[in-house]
Amino acid sequence: MADKVDIAALAKLARLEVSDAEVAKLEKEIPDILAFVETIQKADVSTEAKTDGLRNVMRADESPHESGKYTETLLKAAPARVGNRVAVKQVISRKK
Amino acid sequence: MDISKLTIAEARRALDAKEYSALDLTNAYLDAIREKDGEIHAYLEVWEDSARAEAKAADAIIAKGEAQALTGIPLAIKDNILIEGRIASSASKMLENYTASYDATVIQKLKAQGAVFLGRTNMDEFAMGASTENSAYGPTKNPHDTSRVPGGSSGGPVAAVAAGLALGALGSDTGGSIRQPAGFCGVVGVKPTYCAVSRYGLMAMGSSLDQIGPAAKSVGDAKTIFEAIAGHDAQDSTSINYVPANKPLRKIIGVPRAYLAEGVDADVLTAFENTLTQLRTQGYEIRDVEMPNLSYSLAVYYIVMPAEASTNLSRFDGIRYGHSVQAEAIQEVYTKSRGEGFGPEVRRRIILGTFVLSSGYVDAYYRRARSVRELIRSDFKRVFEEVDAVALPTSPTPAFKIGEKSDPLSMYAADIFTVSVNLAGVPAISVPGGAVERDGKMLPVGFQIIGTWSGEDTLFKIAANVEL
Repeated sequence: MADKVDIAALAKLARLEVSDAEVAKLEKEIPDILAFVETIQKADVSTEAKTDGLRNVMRADESPHESGKYTETLLKAAPARVGNRVAVKQVISRKK
Repeated sequence: MDISKLTIAEARRALDAKEYSALDLTNAYLDAIREKDGEIHAYLEVWEDSARAEAKAADAIIAKGEAQALTGIPLAIKDNILIEGRIASSASKMLENYTASYDATVIQKLKAQGAVFLGRTNMDEFAMGASTENSAYGPTKNPHDTSRVPGGSSGGPVAAVAAGLALGALGSDTGGSIRQPAGFCGVVGVKPTYCAVSRYGLMAMGSSLDQIGPAAKSVGDAKTIFEAIAGHDAQDSTSINYVPANKPLRKIIGVPRAYLAEGVDADVLTAFENTLTQLRTQGYEIRDVEMPNLSYSLAVYYIVMPAEASTNLSRFDGIRYGHSVQAEAIQEVYTKSRGEGFGPEVRRRIILGTFVLSSGYVDAYYRRARSVRELIRSDFKRVFEEVDAVALPTSPTPAFKIGEKSDPLSMYAADIFTVSVNLAGVPAISVPGGAVERDGKMLPVGFQIIGTWSGEDTLFKIAANVEL
């Protein structure tokens, strides 16, 4: 079904830096795995199966805890912070 | 104190009878870890000081006569379950320095009982693997033959129990990750019913498959740990209000023979048949059952799991926590942090998951896999109308050599008999079911019993009959 898999494009979609050597390796491995999982095409799924037990779970639309209770704890894990915020690089740039 | 044969049940008796203290018990395990874990490498970190403090606190509870089942019991925890203030790395470079911000619900429950946490144990990175070789911190060795793998992904916690380096352990099972190492190491491992145990504080891999479960020396011990951690949790909206199915035991076990026709080592199959014979002598009827869709399990699993894993792992982006590479643009922060932080198997599954979910392929792969998954589920539903449980070997082979399986597909095949359980959401237990010889060493094999939804009580009963 998928003869050629564009690993570089998938890596880009997954926001994952992959070396050229690994791209070459995955270009061989991923199609092998896909050829294996292809066996599901033989299954008879003509009768639609019903999924039991699925239900929506809601909570009350209110603050589950007081504001700021976990701010310090969670910010401690962040690689970079400015005050009470996680610091990130500029997302939209005018350059280029 | 001889801890080599010790069980939680026996330790409970001795602790309550004041034959030794919880501190003595914990010290005995810390000594054993110091002596033996250099060879096994079950632990990534041992918490000697806090373990002793927890043991002393347990002694105070015992002195007051308020001990619960796990008070003062030394346990090993898989490295993907959060304990507040402790590093939880999922055996990944991505989380090498990540300190957990909160306790997983299972940890809260164990703390409430006064259990002792010996340390965090090794695993395949982000629970992806069947051998513990995918750990970023080196493989764990099988205590029965240190040239072999302990299985995975919960190889560390299970090997710790098998080697007498913990009385019990918590692992996680997405496609066999507790049962397969339990089989390889000769201990008991349980994959509970989907959502019977809260996953709050478990690092997610495949959210429709993941479950936390126990590894222990005996069926009774596994039951004790399971009962301590099961139940609804407001922090995990998928968790269920667990009520045991409590069905009367008809003593009928189904075996899907067609599924065993090929790919199983001959002596592993013989060990499986021997266990069935043993059950027959105890009054069980062994019945052939047809489960035609089981043969699709592995293929369905290797579509659904990477799809969910690639989605779940998108949260590791170098921004809020974990490995972070500073770069000029935010896109580069993402790609470089992820490229450096994740190991090869994790990267492979992210790529695979991204493919099966990508526009143009999602219908043929992911959506179709979901439909076939329902067929597998209905196979189980149908057979449980006529049998108490379904039996299968836990794995088609005994523990393999470290480095033996270098291509991904041969490693994935190790999960052949375990993944259907996660796809269907049913519970299963692996109990020691004999041993086979490889290179002059006797290696244990697991006997897997699969039950109906919330049918853990039935599994524990049948497993106790196997254990005899």
